[in-house]
Amino acid sequence: MAGITSYGAYIPMYRLSRETLAQVWGGKGKGEKAVANADEDSLTMGVEAARDCIKGFDKSSIDALYFATTTPPYKEKQSASIMAAACDLREDIITADFADSIRSATIAILMALDAVKAGSAKQVLVIAADTRLAGPDTRYESLFGDGAAAFLIGNEGVVAEIEGNHCITSAFVDFWRLEYDKIIRSWEERLTREESYMPYMTKAISTVLEKQNLTAKDISKAVIYSPDTSMQREVIKKAGFDPKEQVQDLMFDSVGHTGAALTPMVLVSALEGAKPGDRILTANYEDGADAIVMRVTDEIGKMKDRRAIKGYLASKMMLPNYGKYMRFRNLMEWEHDLFMERRMALAEVWRHRNFYLRFHGAKCTKCGHIMTPIPKMCIYCQADEKYFEEVPMADKRGKLVTYSMDVRSRAIDPPNILAVVNFDGGGRFYSQMTDRNPDNIEIGMTMELTFRRIHDALGIHNYFWKCRPARG
Amino acid sequence: MRESIKDKVAIVGMGCTQFGERWDADVEDLIKEASMEALEDAGVEIKDIQAGWVGTGRGSQQVPMGPCSGIIASSALQTQYIPFTRVENLCCSGQEALRAAALGVASKCYDLVLAIGVEKLKDTGYGGLGEMYPGNWQPIYGALGTPPGRYALAATAYFSKYGLSPQEGKRVLAEISVKSHYYGYRNPKSHLKREITVEEAVNAPMICWPLGLYDCCGVTDGASAAVLVPTEDAKKYRDDYVTIKGFAVSTGPGWLKENEDYDFTYWKETQEAAKVAYAEAEIKDPRKELGLVELHDCFSIAELIATESMFLCEPGKFREEFTEKRAYYHDGEMPVDVSGGLKSFGHPIGASGAREVYEIYKQIQGKAEEPSRQIKDITIGLAHNQGGHPGMFVSGIAIIGVP
Repeated sequence: MAGITSYGAYIPMYRLSRETLAQVWGGKGKGEKAVANADEDSLTMGVEAARDCIKGFDKSSIDALYFATTTPPYKEKQSASIMAAACDLREDIITADFADSIRSATIAILMALDAVKAGSAKQVLVIAADTRLAGPDTRYESLFGDGAAAFLIGNEGVVAEIEGNHCITSAFVDFWRLEYDKIIRSWEERLTREESYMPYMTKAISTVLEKQNLTAKDISKAVIYSPDTSMQREVIKKAGFDPKEQVQDLMFDSVGHTGAALTPMVLVSALEGAKPGDRILTANYEDGADAIVMRVTDEIGKMKDRRAIKGYLASKMMLPNYGKYMRFRNLMEWEHDLFMERRMALAEVWRHRNFYLRFHGAKCTKCGHIMTPIPKMCIYCQADEKYFEEVPMADKRGKLVTYSMDVRSRAIDPPNILAVVNFDGGGRFYSQMTDRNPDNIEIGMTMELTFRRIHDALGIHNYFWKCRPARG
Repeated sequence: MRESIKDKVAIVGMGCTQFGERWDADVEDLIKEASMEALEDAGVEIKDIQAGWVGTGRGSQQVPMGPCSGIIASSALQTQYIPFTRVENLCCSGQEALRAAALGVASKCYDLVLAIGVEKLKDTGYGGLGEMYPGNWQPIYGALGTPPGRYALAATAYFSKYGLSPQEGKRVLAEISVKSHYYGYRNPKSHLKREITVEEAVNAPMICWPLGLYDCCGVTDGASAAVLVPTEDAKKYRDDYVTIKGFAVSTGPGWLKENEDYDFTYWKETQEAAKVAYAEAEIKDPRKELGLVELHDCFSIAELIATESMFLCEPGKFREEFTEKRAYYHDGEMPVDVSGGLKSFGHPIGASGAREVYEIYKQIQGKAEEPSRQIKDITIGLAHNQGGHPGMFVSGIAIIGVP
């Protein structure tokens, strides 16, 4: 039976304590939320989750990539195509963005399932990521966090068979953003709860259980989406789940509400703790609701080396203050900086796309050295580039050779750290370092690569790779 | 090489503008100021110039995309339809103008030529140089790559390789900057005229770890110029002329920083240029034979590593051989940058190469404007420049001396 063949997740390095928020806006803060770094967005976080998910898999079996988000970096220009390149997937695949709804992630999973069942795709990579913003000094600002999750949907080596589902669509409006809005708008939550969330979620859950001849007791873990901290309770009660034993924690105290990525991330969390034979129900909401039942197989054991939720939760750094948060999420109008009037050329990036997006290096077949970027001639033995073989380098780790910390750089989060990394197995990357603690950098430390937004010169989101101290 | 340039070309006049933040002057004002001083020094007039070269890194427009032409010089001096060529080789540009002029004379095509180095940096609207792309323009790969960011990589690497703690390393660098400011204070045309202490340097605001404020040179406007003639004609202009003893430019292939074997503690291009220049000038033991070295100290660490890379001491021995012996002062064993250097005299990119030659020329003539930094009995000196950044340099060395 088709289903989930792999999973992965991503939680950004930075967390904002809700006490820090309370210091600015008053009130009491509990827990913390994950905040994307200044060089991260939904696309880059999605790439991270996808790389966690497809680690060790044969990428050539991936025939489609679906990306679910409510915060795509571009209004026109697909994110999924850039993500496919960053994941170094084949070019003859289908890519699509599933946008505009929190529920787009589960919709994407179901559509991936259909493609696999129909035989038109061997495996589909489904990614969900969000960096949703709420207005400053609102409870949603405190609640919303950033994160991503990814699944491979296929029918070989399935770790969680998708047994059945039920979907309901609804024109109900509760949260929305107009085309020029950066922060969400919302209607009174009482209407949402009574007229939409409660009835649709309850209906989707009860219907899928009925379809599958199951009762609430047959469910090992339920992943129940909730727009906020309180609405979930009544749905759980109505569905008949034991809130302590059967319901997967939404991680609001550690990650926050991650929009379209919330349900997928909580599902990954459930899968991390699952054992063969477990039955997991996943109910997602907005623009209606859907509920999916899956059964965990013996294959779940092979997922052990993923960082996923547990791994990424464990490695973190706290944002020191709200000012940093405003910088990271660009919440203010900043002084125009002449120094920052950067230019770029799409042609330059396009010519070298296998380096910029796929992070391929060149291996000289004459002398065996590996080089990044890809030069015109071997920099070691001067052999012509016709003797080069392209080699994927994005998954390599390396050691820090030297570094510098530019305090005066116009990086959004100075110091900008230049880092020279020698890869294990050959090759060097002269790079920028991200997700780092400037007080804790040492020559020789283990580095890994991460796909980031370098800058927005000429109004283009310019993505490329950086190094970071290996996480967890 | 077919023939050495040694003693074939003489410098008979030199000029140098006041260096600094020249809000009063545009690029043509700077060219004119330096050129007129050089022509006057040689006792000649604009109409005597048969050809000219002007070296600049950024040139007339203060942006990397400025028009690349010699017209900035012909316009400033109103030369009438003679060849005037702009040469660009980053921070080597001034020295490249001199080299082109010298080759023009040595080829016997011209009898009197003018070489100019110039840079107008202070019209950008921000401090520092901004992002630099010394080689191919790499707006994504090279993003946020500032000169301090790239040079500081070498400081971190040097400290680590030779077992200096950051505190020890910063003190060695601070001593260099104290020396630079000592001489900048004593040089009327310098940009930064303020003496500093080691404590001030070590505790200065951080620019790019481990380099602080006093480890970095000023961003300066300025120009310098030289009049060159065949050595056999030099006596017509003056008795105390100097001749070119050696000239070397080493343009690295540009990828050493991506080479996994490179450790950032030596300047390969400078080593290669030094070998060629020493051979041309027939110098066997540079530390003993050279009276003065004016080298490219855009950062304190640049002076340290350039010193080692020109074989003035063993690699890793700078602290023993220069800091502890105070060898680099004007009355020391091997004077280095007694003009104040790029650090304190200032570093208008294209101007620095010819400006360093100006210092050696004046020292040999016994005309250091401030007697307290005049080197005794100096007959030969070396000017070193390098453009780019560690692992991607073009390096130039000119050796000049009494005939």
